Amino acid sequence: MHSLAFDVSHTLAGGLVLISLMMLYQDRLYSLLNVFALHALVLSLSVAWQAFIQDAPHLYVTAIIALVFKAIVIPVALHRIVKQLGIHRDIESAVGIGPTMLAGMGLVALSLVLMLRVTSDADPLAREDLAFALSVVLLGLLVMVTRRNAVSQVVGFMSLENGLVLAATGAKGMPLVVEISVAFSILIAFIVIGIFLFRIRERFDSVDVSALDDFRGERR
Amino acid sequence: MTLPFFNPVTAVLLIPIWSAALLAILPGYRVTARLNVVASLATFLSALSLFVVERPSPGPYVLIDDLNIVFIVLNTFVGFTTSIFSASYIAHELETGRLTPAYLRFYHAMYQTMMFGMNLAFVSNNIGLMWVAVELATLTTVLMVGIYRTHAALEAAWKYFILGSVGIALALFGTILVYMAARPVMGEGQDGMVWTLLVERAANFDAALLNVAFVFLFLGYGTKVGLAPLHAWLPDAHAEGPTPISAVLSGLLLNVALYALLRFKILLAANPASIAPGPLMVTMGLVSLIFAAFMLYRRRDIKRLFAYSSIEHMGIIVFAFGMGGPLANFAGLLHMVMHSLTKSAIFYAVGHISQIKGTQRISRIRGLTVTHPALGWGLVVGVVAIAGLPPLGIFMSEFLVVSSTFARQPLLAIVLVFGLLLAFGALTLRLTSVAFGEPRGSTASAEASYIPMFAHLALVLGAGVYLPAPLVVWFQHVAQLLG
Repeated sequence: MHSLAFDVSHTLAGGLVLISLMMLYQDRLYSLLNVFALHALVLSLSVAWQAFIQDAPHLYVTAIIALVFKAIVIPVALHRIVKQLGIHRDIESAVGIGPTMLAGMGLVALSLVLMLRVTSDADPLAREDLAFALSVVLLGLLVMVTRRNAVSQVVGFMSLENGLVLAATGAKGMPLVVEISVAFSILIAFIVIGIFLFRIRERFDSVDVSALDDFRGERR
Repeated sequence: MTLPFFNPVTAVLLIPIWSAALLAILPGYRVTARLNVVASLATFLSALSLFVVERPSPGPYVLIDDLNIVFIVLNTFVGFTTSIFSASYIAHELETGRLTPAYLRFYHAMYQTMMFGMNLAFVSNNIGLMWVAVELATLTTVLMVGIYRTHAALEAAWKYFILGSVGIALALFGTILVYMAARPVMGEGQDGMVWTLLVERAANFDAALLNVAFVFLFLGYGTKVGLAPLHAWLPDAHAEGPTPISAVLSGLLLNVALYALLRFKILLAANPASIAPGPLMVTMGLVSLIFAAFMLYRRRDIKRLFAYSSIEHMGIIVFAFGMGGPLANFAGLLHMVMHSLTKSAIFYAVGHISQIKGTQRISRIRGLTVTHPALGWGLVVGVVAIAGLPPLGIFMSEFLVVSSTFARQPLLAIVLVFGLLLAFGALTLRLTSVAFGEPRGSTASAEASYIPMFAHLALVLGAGVYLPAPLVVWFQHVAQLLG
């Protein structure tokens, strides 16, 4: 029988993987942003739970950062940007939903097989956390690969970072560097949103990355 | 020797970050460009003093050993010469109106922040801190690559940002896995991230977990090194950013990522049960070399050409470190230093050339040695050096790589030599068209500072003719460390 601590953290981490999979089939920017906010919310719950069971108060800070910035501030900001730019139409995805979902399932299977095999000696809690975290990371990558829109690529990248935070908090007792990296991830998000999107908009009247590809310079 | 009130490690970190803050505030182009040079010189001198001043003992955050001194001194030296080049280059950009004074202030502040990030990555003893430092250095260069705000610059910066972030994310995952592998032995907390402590006790780590960690670290930091399948950001970032940034990207930032990789390689070598990183590095190195050598033939943009040449040389360096052993490591280390010096010198020349000609297209540049003898011949020497001709430094290091490979893996050596010859052919082909023949394009005189370029070339020539004995002993010692 597993303990309650194990069950709850397992549920939360598994929930993150599920939400990552949900991200794969969102075909509108608004709904993608909403799903991302949910992703960040579950992440903050998961981190808070880890803080509780590991008795590591500094992880609560990470949880609060995840909740405030990733679940509220950034989605709201992105919502406004999407509205201002008028790009709430369909997401132009490079790959169809069916193959994307299949690829996503494959990645989850891959990461479970890989991580469970190599961490056979580690304690079960950390081990499954790590396997789920790798799934979230790989699914985030998949979101970035299958989307052509700059906003959804950023969302994919941030969900990837959520996976990293999950892994870092699952690694018991990992020192303060976690917080620094979380701060960094927020910084990245701000830089991307603030500088790039507006500049891209300024130049191209679109945030579609494929518009950028026309200017590659050498492929003539 | 100890000096009161002076700690070289803190100086190497604090000078850049303070001057970054100062440069962000100060108006006026002339003052800031000079301040940038002075700050870089001060950082370089502090780095040099590491040789004479007593080293701090390794703490939880800072480590100075024989390996990273080489990197720090090289880094601050090229940082210093690039700041001189940058002052004359940027003055021209301001005149032609490609940059505004506000962007210039931003540029100088970012330049020093980048130096801070790179120095921090080198001195950090903590694998988490090292990650943060590499990330910081990358972010600042992303912002600088996009500084011109043109279509191409934005696309390059975006691509660089996305690929670089994915790389750095994978590296963080690898770092977490290393901590997980170390935890049963090291206990929880700080110690599990301190590199010197990790190496001491690495033999007892869980080998399987360490292997997976290395794969992630290799892919992650390898993206930054610019190894072949992961190199896509590199040519764009080099071609579209300001040329001083191309010089530091090629000369320095690739080294930072390589350094991180080497630290983890040493860690893995300390664990007998884990995989040998060698074959992985050898394969990726060779793939990069051959791939870049072929790509060199199709380049039409002069900065892109040398960006691919950087991929080629990073391939050779990673190959050499992957082969391992005292001789190959020595060769790899020498090659890295020579490549940094030569490639930045080439970019100094290319920067001024493209400013004069107003284009980066190779077909529009002809007969440089006739119209601009100093720049033209500087470029010729640089390209001859980078192509690996004697008597320049890169010939020596490439010769060492090839001969040490022939002794152990003749088949690999054949592939290696094939790649080298291929690249050599492409570079001479392009060089003859650019440097000789009937002049084409603007013949306006260059307001360039030639000192950094010729200083680098003189060093490369000097190293090719005669390597001082203490330097050889030092490098041999470091090669031993690398295993």
